[in-house]
Amino acid sequence: MTVAYHRRPVLWNIDYDAPAARLVAIVGPNGAGKSTLIKAVLNLIPRASGEVRFFGEPYRQMRQRVAYVPQRTSVDWDFPVTAQDVVVMGLYGRLGWFRPVTRSARRAALESLERVGLADFAHRQISQLSGGQQQRVFLARALVQQADLYLMDEPLAGVDAATERTIVNLLQDLRQRGKTALVVHHDLQTVTEYFDEVLLLNTRVIAAGPVEAIFTVENLKRTYGGKLALLDQVGHQMTLTGRSP
Amino acid sequence: MNWLDYNTRVVLAGTVLLGVSSGVVGTYMLLRKRALVGDVASHAALPGIGLAYLIMEQSHPGTGKWLPGLLLGAALSASAGLLVSHGLRQIRRIKEDAALGITLSLFFGVGVALLTLIQALPTGQSAGLNDFIFGKAASMVASDVVGLAITACVVIVVCAVVHKELALICFDAEYAAAGGWSVGGVDLLLTALVIVVTVLGMQSVGLLLVVALLVLPPTSARFWTDRLGTMVWTSALLGGVASAAGVLLSAGVPKLAAGATIVLMGTAGFAVSVLFGRRRGLYWHWRAESETRQRVGLDDLLRAVYEVIEPKLSSAAADLTAGSVSLPELVSSRRWSTFRVRGLLQLAQSRGLMRRDAQDRFHLTATGRREAQRAVRNHRLWELYLIHYAAVAPTHVDRSADAIEHVLQPEIVDELEELLRDSSRTPAMPQSPHSAREAGGM
Repeated sequence: MTVAYHRRPVLWNIDYDAPAARLVAIVGPNGAGKSTLIKAVLNLIPRASGEVRFFGEPYRQMRQRVAYVPQRTSVDWDFPVTAQDVVVMGLYGRLGWFRPVTRSARRAALESLERVGLADFAHRQISQLSGGQQQRVFLARALVQQADLYLMDEPLAGVDAATERTIVNLLQDLRQRGKTALVVHHDLQTVTEYFDEVLLLNTRVIAAGPVEAIFTVENLKRTYGGKLALLDQVGHQMTLTGRSP
Repeated sequence: MNWLDYNTRVVLAGTVLLGVSSGVVGTYMLLRKRALVGDVASHAALPGIGLAYLIMEQSHPGTGKWLPGLLLGAALSASAGLLVSHGLRQIRRIKEDAALGITLSLFFGVGVALLTLIQALPTGQSAGLNDFIFGKAASMVASDVVGLAITACVVIVVCAVVHKELALICFDAEYAAAGGWSVGGVDLLLTALVIVVTVLGMQSVGLLLVVALLVLPPTSARFWTDRLGTMVWTSALLGGVASAAGVLLSAGVPKLAAGATIVLMGTAGFAVSVLFGRRRGLYWHWRAESETRQRVGLDDLLRAVYEVIEPKLSSAAADLTAGSVSLPELVSSRRWSTFRVRGLLQLAQSRGLMRRDAQDRFHLTATGRREAQRAVRNHRLWELYLIHYAAVAPTHVDRSADAIEHVLQPEIVDELEELLRDSSRTPAMPQSPHSAREAGGM
């Protein structure tokens, strides 16, 4: 598929098939189109060409099986709702138009908050949560949907260590249950540790596949261009963890 | 209520329902960050009123003042105005506020021009179309109010039915779109509701002021609650009360326009909410802040007093209340202004923590001693904790501890004490890692 803003392509000729039951990191420099890729896939941005299929069907028919975790900064956290209210929104799609929120939906939301370690914060207004806790609320909203594919936009950006741990554990738990997650990720140092597959993106797909085969200094150089200082760091990191760069 | 004449009661009922419905619709409008849409809708309604009058007068002379016809014209014209501003926003260089401003003035200008032309017509003088600009609640009759009441009820019911969808779109439109919800459809519905409320309000409040009924109640309600559901009905209540109070005030004072009094009552409610609202009212915020400041200040003072008195005592077991300090001693022990020390000493005396003797020296009371020991103990535990665990350079300890000790919960202090029992020399009251003079000189 190709996505363009005002005739200038932001994503060009993206051809990617996400493997099932794997954790995929979407990695690339700023402005590479990582968020755009997710939004285009979800029909939030019109595509100039191409098609996207979920489990062989167009998105329209598969909405319930796909869960979206937007960037935390995309909403106003001063909004007068509690953490539980936000998580219940993950079930609105199942409830459908005009149906009021049911008690079982509220209970499911509470269970989902428990999974991300926020059961005690369910009735807090969302601005009274820390950044990491807010991110976990978004994650709980996706989890409550019980989808098979998760699209996450920078869920690990600017979160505390406890939140990062919780989210990574949840991701691994999802994979164990045969779910797939595509995660926009910014921290090159943790890619090998957290993910199975990587999609290197810079306007087009530079390389994609298993982390061991694809996450090489050579490929990263092609993705990031001249930002060598950063790459040296990663190379160093990889030597330390005993993997040949 | 027998002191109210029939007409006032009719006006009261209609206006209260209007206030309630605009309070409800306004909440969603405000949360969708479209507060000014109501203003554009009301201003853009004016040419519609003029045109409707001219058309009706042209086809059936004498029927130009038929209210439903005028209001329909107003609604159509308001919709056209919002469409124009939407269209303008699609042009890249025009931002939303500019688009709204352009539309608002354009439509209002056309409306004023039309009304001046109508004034010049033989029948135009008595048409009273100008009343739509400033509102004239007193001119409402029972039949108008019935229509208004039914429409207001429909608006409220619609909001109740789509509350879930409106809440979702207001909070996170992108997520809603990803979930397959028609964001455009819900927005269109919300805009339609805003137009309906605006047009209903024009007759009583006037088009210039109707936006106040959409914005003031929800903004005030936000200061009382953190829940959307509660906010909706609080806003409805505030809108209704402001309308009722405004109509009654205007009925009591001859020649006072109801539109103005309603808006003034709404503003009064807003002022009270901003100051005293339980959730984030400025008064509560200020009070909590000043309490914290006082508590922190007193802790600092007591610690300073303790550290000045401590070296003067013969043994660690000696009674602290026996020692005394002077104002200059305190001023030189910390880098505080004399003014601040005086203020804190006064506060400590009024709280019964310290007393002043005939020689102008200050003593700790029994309560003061206990408090000073608590503060010093807390402080030194933190200092040790930071030195041992957080790898903070010793020269920075006092400063960071100053800020941090005041957030300590008693349980954490106990835990720290347990943690540090081995490392401290005197478990009950650990020594300060550096002397009082050193600490004060930092």
